[in-house]
Amino acid sequence: MKLIFNKTRRIVSTASLVLALSASCVFPNLASASTPKDSLVVGWQFDDIITLDTAEIFEFSGSEIAGNTYDRLIGFDPNDVSKIFGVAAESWTVSKDGKTFTFKMRKGVTFSSGNKMTAEDAAFSLQRAVILDKSPAFILTQFGFNEDNVKDKIKAVDAHTLTIETDKAYAPTFVLYCLTATVASIVDKTEVMKHEADGDMGFAWLRTNYAGSGPYKIEQWKPSEIVVLSANKNYWAGAPEMKNVFIRHIAESSVQQLLLEKGDIDIARNLDTEQLKSLAGSTDVKLLKKGKGSLYYLSMNMKNPILAKPKVQEALKYLIDYKGLEETVWAGRGQVQQAFLPKGFLGALEDQPFSLDVEKAKALLAEAGYPNGFDIELIVRNKSIRIDTAKSIQTTFAKAGINVKLIPMDGKQVLTTYRARKHQLFFGSWGPDYQDPHTNADTFAKNLDNSDDAKSKPVAWRNAYEPKQMTKDTLAALLEPDSNKRANMYLAIQKAHQKSAPFAFIMQEQEVAGIRENVDGYVLGPSFDTNYYKDVVKK
Amino acid sequence: MSVSPSKDGFIAVFFSFYKKKAKPLIHFFSMLAMTFLGLLLLTFVIGRLMPIDPVIAVIGDKAPEELYQKTYKEMGLDEPIVMQFIYYLGDVLQGDLGTSVRTANLVTDDILNYFPATLELATLATVFGILLGVPIGVLAAVKQNKWQDYLVRFFGLIGHSAPIFWLAMLGIVVFYQHLDWVAAPEGRLSVMYEYTLPKVTNMVLVDTIIAGNWDAFKDAFAHIILPASLLSYYSIAYLSRMTRSFMLDQLKQEYIITARVKGVSEMTIIWRHALGNAWVPLITVIALTYATLLEGSVLTEIVFSWPGLGRYITDALLAADMNAVLGGTIVVGLVFILLNLTSDLLYKVFDPRAK
Repeated sequence: MKLIFNKTRRIVSTASLVLALSASCVFPNLASASTPKDSLVVGWQFDDIITLDTAEIFEFSGSEIAGNTYDRLIGFDPNDVSKIFGVAAESWTVSKDGKTFTFKMRKGVTFSSGNKMTAEDAAFSLQRAVILDKSPAFILTQFGFNEDNVKDKIKAVDAHTLTIETDKAYAPTFVLYCLTATVASIVDKTEVMKHEADGDMGFAWLRTNYAGSGPYKIEQWKPSEIVVLSANKNYWAGAPEMKNVFIRHIAESSVQQLLLEKGDIDIARNLDTEQLKSLAGSTDVKLLKKGKGSLYYLSMNMKNPILAKPKVQEALKYLIDYKGLEETVWAGRGQVQQAFLPKGFLGALEDQPFSLDVEKAKALLAEAGYPNGFDIELIVRNKSIRIDTAKSIQTTFAKAGINVKLIPMDGKQVLTTYRARKHQLFFGSWGPDYQDPHTNADTFAKNLDNSDDAKSKPVAWRNAYEPKQMTKDTLAALLEPDSNKRANMYLAIQKAHQKSAPFAFIMQEQEVAGIRENVDGYVLGPSFDTNYYKDVVKK
Repeated sequence: MSVSPSKDGFIAVFFSFYKKKAKPLIHFFSMLAMTFLGLLLLTFVIGRLMPIDPVIAVIGDKAPEELYQKTYKEMGLDEPIVMQFIYYLGDVLQGDLGTSVRTANLVTDDILNYFPATLELATLATVFGILLGVPIGVLAAVKQNKWQDYLVRFFGLIGHSAPIFWLAMLGIVVFYQHLDWVAAPEGRLSVMYEYTLPKVTNMVLVDTIIAGNWDAFKDAFAHIILPASLLSYYSIAYLSRMTRSFMLDQLKQEYIITARVKGVSEMTIIWRHALGNAWVPLITVIALTYATLLEGSVLTEIVFSWPGLGRYITDALLAADMNAVLGGTIVVGLVFILLNLTSDLLYKVFDPRAK
């Protein structure tokens, strides 16, 4: 028996030795961590990208890729959004009646195909977005464009002049900000139409291909795996120093942290609160923070008779520990904001009238007829920061006798329930579609039809909130040409909304990126399409 | 009217052929078709019953109601679910698995991209599993109720019960962060090879060999070794337990006693006679383990940023991307059927009675 054991042991040992030796031949120097000197490597969760066509992109990650690879007519300063400047357009004028915008195109802008950009490309791109009518098309069609009239309303007068004629005299900044959105990116007409199939204006092709003129061009997109960008050597504002940007889909934030610390990636984009804390003292990694437009809020469905009561709504707003959440759960990743416009937007209200006040909430609940509280359900997406915030809400609501049943769901499931008005309480986020205040006013403070089969279903509708006066005020603010007056109009709408709407705005997201110490020039803007790689340098 | 002898003979030959060869084949293929139909129907119904709106996966949360209604009709969701399934089946029979709403690619292209990643990971894990699991299973059987046996069983118990996510993170911290033995858990290759390597099979280990790029091969190996080892731990644990059990059965048989009486060496008895017979049931166990790994291991794929089939199907399911889910289901079904067929064939090789 001893002999058997020895022989068996020898076989096992030999097998292990062979494996170990083969491994040791391969392992040395393989894990040497450093990214190429002329390339930027980013770790990011970008599995939301479903298309590369700028007429269809409406996801955060897709917008960021487009923001770095396509030019739009105009742009704004990420550090001061009130500064609007020309990009593909050099200058612009607005007609006296406020309806016609004339853009003079910049000369010397070249697409990655080598084709020169003209006003015809710009007109085609905007017309195409309207005709294709994908998710973000409303950003343009809200100016009265449709499939039938868009070629008359948006046209190239000559190779360097583009005119856009809106149906009403909107606030000029509203029109201009909408033209900074991803959907208004300029595509290479010749290249796109070369790939047209069955009159689709190149849609099937552009969903997975590239036809732009930005500082980077898209070399490769493997869904949920990698995006490879390469520098556009002919970029009109100068070629970027990084020859390539490799964006890897790293789903686990703890893995992102490890890769960043080891130097296998230069930038980590999805670090959790705990990881940010542990990186705070690092000498190899620095943290870059920027307030984003995304707002996290609790909404109360007024189809529920309890939540329809104004006193109950007010009580719930006093049962949230805003400061506590900012300091613990959000620690560095959010700032309290209690109005529907994010800080940084024209007319954003920064008042914070609500704080955790259990006694006041109890009194309000008693007035509403619920001195002992009630049972209620809260739906929330199963992401850590959302769940943690919802748990905090559950805890503080319980102090006034409100028994919250948390229902965590997958993202799409939450939205399905929310969109069908089948929730009671909802905790989630909203990100602006463009930089103008109308984007949020339109969804939170306007509801033209509260019936179940309404044609328009903004967030106000989803919560059965029908503010008639606020709807009128929102529409009026849209047409106010004077910026100061317009800002005051939005301030007034927000104050009324803050007081009476079934929404408790809690936090404005702050994006934090962990960056290797030797990397400079990465820009985090207020929106995802203003997160720029073009100025990145490595020391 | 009489039938001519030659015609009569032909009919007899035909019926004889039908009974002996064609009937089992027809039976086999009709069972295969029914299995696939059932599999697709079940997956389709589950997908449609999930409380997820597939339109939202396509147009997002913010699209206007008009666009929602337009897309709803374009996707055929206004049709009864039975009709939706029949339309889908019609497309599948024509070789069209549709387009994924999440990736904008043809599902066939996606599968050709994601499945090879899973295939090489699962194959390597299974090879490790066999190389280590079977010998230690034999050792445990030979040393039944000794410390070696307890050690193997304890090792197996951990392999079965430790959460893969935890083990994966532990492996990364030890072998990547501290020992620097393996490459970063960032996918299948370092960025420098990512889009320069020519794709032939989409299995990077194979493609690097075909390209003769040994640096890239080392890089690919350093990326796969840890996830493959972790996955193999489960195979090792399972295979060692099963090998032990099969070996114990064999070692009690009379032919073993006869062999000992005849003076055959213990090595020959164990490795040739006992293990030789234990291989027969082991083949099924190995095939099933391999098939399970080929479905994709979602958590391992997430932690190692591995673009495999498991993550593809799971993400698709959560986004109500039914074309992708059903396409993935077909692949998984095919894998199980092929491996079952292979194990049946191997049975005949290892077990003379089955011939």
